[in-house]
Amino acid sequence: MNRPRHNAAGALSSLAAVCCVVFGMCAWSGWTARASVATGRTGEQLEYASPLEVLFSPDGTRLYVLCQESAQVRVLDATSYETVKNIAVGAMPRGFSLSPKGDRLFVANSWDDTISVIDTKTLEVVTTWPVGAEPSSVVEDRDGKHLFVANRISNDVAVLDANTGTEEKRLAAGRGASYITASPDGSKLYVTHVYPNATAHRTAPDSEITVIDSARAVVEDRIALPYVAHGFHVAFSADGRLGVATNMHPKNLVPLAHLEHGGAFADTLTLFGADVGKPVEVPLDELELYAVRPFGIAITPDKSRMFITCGGSEMVTVVDVPRLIRYARMHPGSSAQDLSASANYVVGRIAVGHDPRGVALTRDGSKLVVANRLDDTISIIDTKTYRVASTIALTGPKQLSVLRHGEQTFYTARYSFQGQIGCANCHIDSTFDGLQWDLEPDGFGRDVVDNRPIEGVKDTEPFKWNGGNPNLPTECGPRTEKYFWRAENYDDLTLTDLVVYVRSLPARPNRWRLPGEALTAGQERGEALFVRGTDKFGKAIPETNRCAYCHSGPKGTNQKSFDVGTKKATDNAGLLDTPQLTNIAITAPYLHDGSAATLEQIWTVFNPQDTHGRTNDLTKDELNDLIEYLRTR
Amino acid sequence: MKAIFVVAMIVILSVANGAAGQSKGVGHGVRKDAIGIAKPLAPAMPRFRFENFSTANGLPDDHVFSVLVDGDRIWAGTENGLGLYENGKWKTFTTRDRLAHRAVLSLALDKRTGDVWAGTMGGLSRISGGRIDTFTQLNSGLSNDVVYGVSVEGENVWVATAAGACKLDLHTGEWSLYNERNTPMQEIWVYGVAATPTKVYYAVWGSGVLEYDQQKKIWDKYDDPDGETEMVLFKDQGLIHEITTSVSYIDKILWVATYFGDSRYDGRYWHNFLTKDSGLPSNFTNVIKGVDGKRAWFGTDKGLAYYDGTNWAVYRPSLATGKPEMTVRDAKGNVSPVAVNTAPAHNYVLGIDFQGSDIWVATAKGLSHGIHQP
Repeated sequence: MNRPRHNAAGALSSLAAVCCVVFGMCAWSGWTARASVATGRTGEQLEYASPLEVLFSPDGTRLYVLCQESAQVRVLDATSYETVKNIAVGAMPRGFSLSPKGDRLFVANSWDDTISVIDTKTLEVVTTWPVGAEPSSVVEDRDGKHLFVANRISNDVAVLDANTGTEEKRLAAGRGASYITASPDGSKLYVTHVYPNATAHRTAPDSEITVIDSARAVVEDRIALPYVAHGFHVAFSADGRLGVATNMHPKNLVPLAHLEHGGAFADTLTLFGADVGKPVEVPLDELELYAVRPFGIAITPDKSRMFITCGGSEMVTVVDVPRLIRYARMHPGSSAQDLSASANYVVGRIAVGHDPRGVALTRDGSKLVVANRLDDTISIIDTKTYRVASTIALTGPKQLSVLRHGEQTFYTARYSFQGQIGCANCHIDSTFDGLQWDLEPDGFGRDVVDNRPIEGVKDTEPFKWNGGNPNLPTECGPRTEKYFWRAENYDDLTLTDLVVYVRSLPARPNRWRLPGEALTAGQERGEALFVRGTDKFGKAIPETNRCAYCHSGPKGTNQKSFDVGTKKATDNAGLLDTPQLTNIAITAPYLHDGSAATLEQIWTVFNPQDTHGRTNDLTKDELNDLIEYLRTR
Repeated sequence: MKAIFVVAMIVILSVANGAAGQSKGVGHGVRKDAIGIAKPLAPAMPRFRFENFSTANGLPDDHVFSVLVDGDRIWAGTENGLGLYENGKWKTFTTRDRLAHRAVLSLALDKRTGDVWAGTMGGLSRISGGRIDTFTQLNSGLSNDVVYGVSVEGENVWVATAAGACKLDLHTGEWSLYNERNTPMQEIWVYGVAATPTKVYYAVWGSGVLEYDQQKKIWDKYDDPDGETEMVLFKDQGLIHEITTSVSYIDKILWVATYFGDSRYDGRYWHNFLTKDSGLPSNFTNVIKGVDGKRAWFGTDKGLAYYDGTNWAVYRPSLATGKPEMTVRDAKGNVSPVAVNTAPAHNYVLGIDFQGSDIWVATAKGLSHGIHQP
C-alpha cells in the first residue's frame, strides 16, 4: 500500500467539491436562502472544529481537544477553558495520546497517513512521520521505545521506533483497526476495530480485541467478541482488574422488521479482566431508552462509576461499576438481547450535544469532559450529580450550515422508532459496515443485501441493489423512514440537508494509487484486461461483457442494471444495479448479497459461465493483475 | 511392587551400560579393534537423547511433515492438524479453527511479529495470536492450494506450491506469481523455499534450483549439468540432480536436497554428496537445513544425518534391527558405531528445526526431540 505524498491538494479539491455540491444542491432545491433566514442554516462551507477526542495533561492544567474538521489540536486551560493555543496537524486527525512522560503528544492524521509529534512544552509540531494506511490512533509504550499506530485500512498495528518514527513492522489486527488503549501498567495494549472480521456468508459477525505485549511488540492474544461488528474505545479501572470495550452488536441475521422489538442493534459493553474472568457482554439499552453507538468510555479512579458516550442517542450513560461487575459474574457470556439487563447497572443518562465522542475525567474524577463532535462544544459533567455543569463552545462558526445540519441528521438516532438507530449505525463514520441485511419489503429471507459504501456516492444513482430508488431524496427519505425508522418523518428541509451531506461525502484517498502516480506494471496489465475487447483466444468479447462497459465512468458504474448471473435462490430477481468501484479494495465482501468474501471469489467462485464479464480465459496471475488494477479505483 | 522394582532396575542398568558404552566410543583417545590393534577414535559428533512424541502423548497425528521451533513453543505440521507443544501439553488446530486443511506440509515463523505461517494441502494459513487467517487459490492470489513450502523474509511471505511459486507482500497485500511465464522455471511443481534479504531460493521438483536476487530483482537457475538422469559424469560440476526437494541458504552458502543426492554451493563452486562418497545414509533426501556455511543436517528416507564439514553422523533406528543407532564417519571414510539408547522416531525424516543445541525432527512415524548431550 502506498503512502500519499501530501494531502493538501486533495483536501482543497475535496473542499471545492463539497462547495460545488452545496451550491449545486442549493440550485437544485431552490430553498436555501429562505431556509438560512428562517432557521439559521446556511449554504456556506464553514470550517467547524468537530471535537472528536479529549485528554488532560498529566498535571491536569491543560485540556487537549482533537478537532477533526479543523485539523487541529486545541489546547485549553483546564480551569477556565480559555484557548491556550491551536496547533495545526494533518488531515482528518482521528486519535491522539500523550507519551508516558507527558512530554510529547502524538496525533494520528487519518487522511494523510502521518503522525504529528507535538512538544507539550512549546506546543509546536516538532516532526511529522509518515505511516499508513489511515492511522486512527497512536500510543507510545511505557519504555518510550515504540509507537504503536492502528491503521484502519490495512487492518494492522504499525510498530514505529519512538525516536525516529521508522516503521519496524506491522502486527495483524482486526479489520478496521482503530483504537489502542494501554493497560494501567503499560505492559499490554488493547486494540479494537470498527469493521467485523471476515466470517462465512450469513453467519454471525465477530470481532476481537487484539492484545499486544508492548515490550516484545507482538500479538499476545485476541479476545474474541462473538457477534460484535464494531468496536470502539477501551478503558481500564485504575487497578487494572477490569477492562471495558464499547461495541455495536448487530442483529443482521434476522429480518430487519422488528424495530419495535429492539430488533436492529444491541449497544453493548464487553467486560474482561480479573474482575469478571471470561469476557462478558452486557447491553446498555433499555426499552425506549437506547444507548445508540457507545463510543468513548471512562472509569472513575475509585471504580464506582463508568461514563459512556452514546453518539446516536446524544447522551452519556452512567453505569454503577460494582453493580455491573456483580451482574456480569452472575450472567456469563452475552446478555446483549436482554433489554431488562441494563436496569441492574445503568444509573443515569445525561443529555449532551450532537454526536458525543471522546471523554476524559479529571484526575480526582469529579468532572467528566465530553467532546460533542457535531456541536463544537465540550460538556463538563459533574460526576456526582450527573448534571452538565457547563457547556464550553469552541471558537468557530456559530451558524448551522446545511452540511452540518445534514451531518447531525445522519448521526442522530432521534428519527427512528424509540431512537434505536441512525444512518451512522450501518454507515460507520459515513462509510459502510461490512454486513449483510435482510430488509422487510422484499419478503422475509428474500433479497439479502450487502451494505454498500456511501463515500463518493454522488452521481451513482439509482440506489438500492435493485436500482429501485432513483435518487438520494427517495433513498434517504421515504425508504429510510418507512423501512428503517418506522417513526417520525423528516421535514422537507431536514431531508434536503441530509441529502446534501450524503452527496458531499468524498471518497477517502486511494492508497493503491496516489494522485499523479503512475500505475505499477501489474496494475497496468490489469487495466488492459479491464478494458480489453478480445479474449486470449482472439475472440471478440461482446461489449456488454467487458468489465469497462458496466463499470465505466469515473466512479466505475454506468448506472444501469444487468443480470450477471449472480442471482441466488433467495433472490427475487437477478437484475441488479451496477455498483460503483470507489475504494473497492477495502469494502469486502462483494456481490449484491455479500457472498463473495474477496474480489477473487467474484470470478473464481461466482462467474462459472462468464456472465459477469469474460474472465475464465485468464490465468491466475492475470486475475491477480486485474485485481491489482481494481484496487486503484 | 516387586515386578516394578525389577523393571526399574533393568532400565537403570541398561542406561548405565549405555552410558558406559557411549563413553567408550567418544571419551577416549583410542579404541581397539577385534584383534586388539589400536585405531584412532571416531570424531566427536553431537549426541542426543531423543524423546519421541506420538498420538499416544498428544501429537495430532504420527505422520509429521514439518516442525518449527518458536522459542519454547514447538509447532508440528501433521497429516491431521497443526500441533502446538507448549508447557508440556499439545494443542491441536484443525479446519474447525479455520486452518486451511488438516494436512500441514510446511511451517515458517515471522520472527518480527511472532506469526506462524502454515502451508497445507488446501491453502496457506497464518496463525497470529490464536487467530487463523487462510489464503486459498479461490479467495486470494495464492497460485495453488497445495503449499509445499513457505518462508518469511521481512514483509514478504514466499510460497512454494504445486503450481508455481508466489509471494505475498504483507504491506500492500499484493500477490506476485512466479511460474514458467516469468521465470526460468521449466516445471511448476515447487517443493521448497528459502528466503533471505539478499537471495530467495526455490527447489523446483524436476527443474533444479531457482534463485531470485532481491537487490537486482532478477531470476537465475541452477540445473544438473548432466540433465535429468542419475548419471554424474563429472563430480562437483554443478547441482547433483534436477529433482530438488529442499533448499537452505545461510552464510552465503546454498544447501540443496534432491532425491538423488545433495549439493552445497558457495557461489562459485559446487560440492555434491552421495552415499558412495560421503556419510549420507541415503541419496533420497527430503529436507536439508544448514547450520552455517560449513555444517548441515539432512533428513533422508534412511535416517537423520549431520555433516560438520568433514565428518558425518547418522542417527536412526537400525535398518536391520530397529534398535537405536548412531554411526560416525570420518574424513577417511572410517565408520564407527556409537552406543546410544535412543533414536529419532522413524528413519523417514521430513522436517528439521533447531532449538539451541537441541534438534527437532519430523518423521513419518512421530516427532522427535533430540536433547543435546554434553
